[in-house]
Amino acid sequence: MSTTPPLLRASGVTMRFGGLTAVDGVDLAVRENEIVGLIGPNGAGKTTFFNCLTGLYVPTEGAVLFAGETLPPKPARVTRAGVARTFQNIRLFANMSALENVIVGRHTRTRAGLLSALAHGPRYRREERESRERARELLDFVGLGGQADLLARSLSYGAQRRLEIARALASEPRLLLLDEPTAGMNPQETAETEELVRSVRARGVAVLVIEHDMRFIMNLCDRVAVLVQGTKLTEGAPGEVQADERVVEAYLGAPDDEEEPTPRSPQNRERTA
Amino acid sequence: MIPKTSTPAARALVVCGAALSLVSPFLAWTWTSRYPGNLTVYGYPGGSQLLTLAGALLAAVFTAAVLGVPGLRALAPAGAVRALRAASLAALTATWITVGAIAVDLGGVVNVEPGGWLAAGAVLLLAAGAHALPDDTVTEPPPAARLPRAAEGALITVVFLAAMYVLTYGITTDSAQDFLAFLPAAGFGVRALAAAGLTARFGALTARNRIAVAVAALASALVFPFTQTGDQYTAIADNILVFAAVALGLNIVVGLVGLLDLGYVAFLGTGAYTAALVSGSTFSTFDIGPWPFWATALLGMGVSLVAGLVIGAPTLRLHGDYLAIVTLGFGEIFRITVNNLDGTSGPRLTNGPNGINSVPNLTVFGFDLGTRHTLLGVTFGRFANYYLLLLAVIAVIVFVYARAGNSRIGRAWIALREDEKAATAMGIEGFRYKLLAFGLGASLAGLAGTVMAHLQTNAVPENYKFADTAPPNSAFLLAAVVLGGMGTVSGPLVGAALLYLIPAKFAFFSQYQMMLFGLALILMMRFRPEGLVPDRRHRLEFHDEQVAAAEARRTAAEATA
Ligand SMILES: Nc1ncnc2c1ncn2[C@@H]1O[C@H](COP(=O)(O)OP(=O)(O)O)[C@@H](O)[C@H]1O
Ligand SMILES: [Mg+2]
Repeated sequence: MSTTPPLLRASGVTMRFGGLTAVDGVDLAVRENEIVGLIGPNGAGKTTFFNCLTGLYVPTEGAVLFAGETLPPKPARVTRAGVARTFQNIRLFANMSALENVIVGRHTRTRAGLLSALAHGPRYRREERESRERARELLDFVGLGGQADLLARSLSYGAQRRLEIARALASEPRLLLLDEPTAGMNPQETAETEELVRSVRARGVAVLVIEHDMRFIMNLCDRVAVLVQGTKLTEGAPGEVQADERVVEAYLGAPDDEEEPTPRSPQNRERTA
Repeated sequence: MIPKTSTPAARALVVCGAALSLVSPFLAWTWTSRYPGNLTVYGYPGGSQLLTLAGALLAAVFTAAVLGVPGLRALAPAGAVRALRAASLAALTATWITVGAIAVDLGGVVNVEPGGWLAAGAVLLLAAGAHALPDDTVTEPPPAARLPRAAEGALITVVFLAAMYVLTYGITTDSAQDFLAFLPAAGFGVRALAAAGLTARFGALTARNRIAVAVAALASALVFPFTQTGDQYTAIADNILVFAAVALGLNIVVGLVGLLDLGYVAFLGTGAYTAALVSGSTFSTFDIGPWPFWATALLGMGVSLVAGLVIGAPTLRLHGDYLAIVTLGFGEIFRITVNNLDGTSGPRLTNGPNGINSVPNLTVFGFDLGTRHTLLGVTFGRFANYYLLLLAVIAVIVFVYARAGNSRIGRAWIALREDEKAATAMGIEGFRYKLLAFGLGASLAGLAGTVMAHLQTNAVPENYKFADTAPPNSAFLLAAVVLGGMGTVSGPLVGAALLYLIPAKFAFFSQYQMMLFGLALILMMRFRPEGLVPDRRHRLEFHDEQVAAAEARRTAAEATA
């Protein structure tokens, strides 16, 4: 174990919805340059935990420290601080082009307001040009360079998942949260995603990934935490966790595996928020 | 699918039909000039016969394309048969409506002269033949040849002038019968151009020449007052421009951010009342003014902005239907409030239902808009002066819309519309950006309102209702945006023109107007939910499969090219 303070430290994070405790006192740390897996049966509270980290939910109890500072429960501030995420059910801006999606990801790294947009001054134009260049570079990085001008909704399913990663990376995060990035993918696409996550780490971005595909987790992760019914069951090296009988039991003894089927359709965005 | 008829017969039908349709407008269709537009003469077309002639000409061009006349095939890159069908329907609807109206108006079919019978038969032959031809739609039209920049600019100008000519026809026709024939003829005419693939080509052309488009649009709009001798139609055009300006402002809120605002007309009213109060009118409760236009405009925008922020701050935390209901309520609160600020029910400010009358004319850079000015040998009356001012206002609004919509701010707006949760996760502060859009929209409506008060010489509560039989009102404004095409510049302009002209030209129909308006909305939402002028995004949203397939093909082709 290294002695540098972790990039992310969640301690005692608890999220209650009325009588239901979806996340119950979870501690988790992610260090720089680490890929950490978060596994557990459906309904275990993994996505809710992500929502607590990114400010979409305000945790009932507990604290989240990022780079030594408390993360405010405001999504915009979290993104600016350097945490980006993808969604379990793809949430792209369906009627914007792939390039525009990524440029929106740069929102917190750009400044232009209404007046500078109207004036179109040199500073504004430079910022726009840079955004465009960075976005193109990211599209190339995830392998979508040739589809920059297609609308997100007309991309293939796998491409949509990769576009979500590119959009998240556009905010220049130090930590990327991936929520089931290979759900609904075929083995080849899964292998490509594995490669992509590795090269994300090579860019100096730490990754916390929720995933059901055990092979993916075992190949990729430095450490794995297991969440069962809102509580952290165990945490350790992938081999140890896989051998842990309690983990196997939790998965096998979870008849509610079908409870939250991963939507396959790329067009599952909600119309009304 | 079309039944397989022997094509030579269909071709013969089309050629005969087209030829006779071309001839028929030059004959007399009726014997008396009691029918509006003088359709009694041999030798040249008059009145609604022009519509038949235009439809027949369009059909003749596409007939030539179908027959493979060299050079003309290029006029229908996406296929000529469907274009021919639409053109034949343009001629058919215009002719039959006119012939039918002659029979109805003059009391019987005996009033239709042989020329009219010939026309009715000819367009029927034409349409029957066109619909019997096998479809020749090309899914991937060949890319258009690039022209020199100057030629492209000239082409754009010609198209805009033609569009302005069509619009002017609609504005200046003074018989309901003629307008009734005009609407479907224009609709099918545009559809013919779209089916031929020409609108897509023109779209590509305009995308390459933004500045030429702006110049050509402004120039062709400027032509209108030069063609007018009296004030009658310029006044109509002025009202359309006010309506269109407000619709464009609403398009920011509805089209870009996706917020359903049902009380938008209140901001127009705020601007109008503000301007009226500082206009120096004797009915104003303040003994100030008249102010120069720029000061009035800034004040009107400022007060509307404040109103927008005050109303937006508590309501924009609501979503969807809740927001719609609350804005509807605020819109009515505005009207009821100005109705009551009369000194009896409340403090004296707006003179209640009587409003603020005798608002004097604006003075812009020393020009009194109420007096005649002679420019290039043409005399501009009061309404022509306001027309020019309103063009400038619209130019400002379009500029703001285009620049803001294409910026970081505009992308944030669209992202919020597309998926608020994802946008929030990308660091966009939803409430802040919605409030910005709401405030911007309100101040643009306020700007239009300041001109409106002076144009109409008053500010009265009755002009700012939620729904009414004539624009502007909140329901019509929203309809102009949605019918025209959300998120586009030309959509609300087209929508506003149609929604102003239709009730104005069919005034005798007023008791059924709301019913027809509702019916039209339902039909539109069923058959063309993306509006008359769809933007790329919305077209895809509603006609997913076809367009997505086409897009995929297009990019695949581009990738290999
Ligand atoms: N906004 C919410 N309101 C009420 N219950 C919720 C909410 N979000 C999640 N839950 C509940 O929390 C539990 C954990 O859900 P989730 O985090 O999606 O699980 P996972 O991602 O591990 O499959 C589920 O029982 C779910 O129904
Ligand atoms: Mg989940």
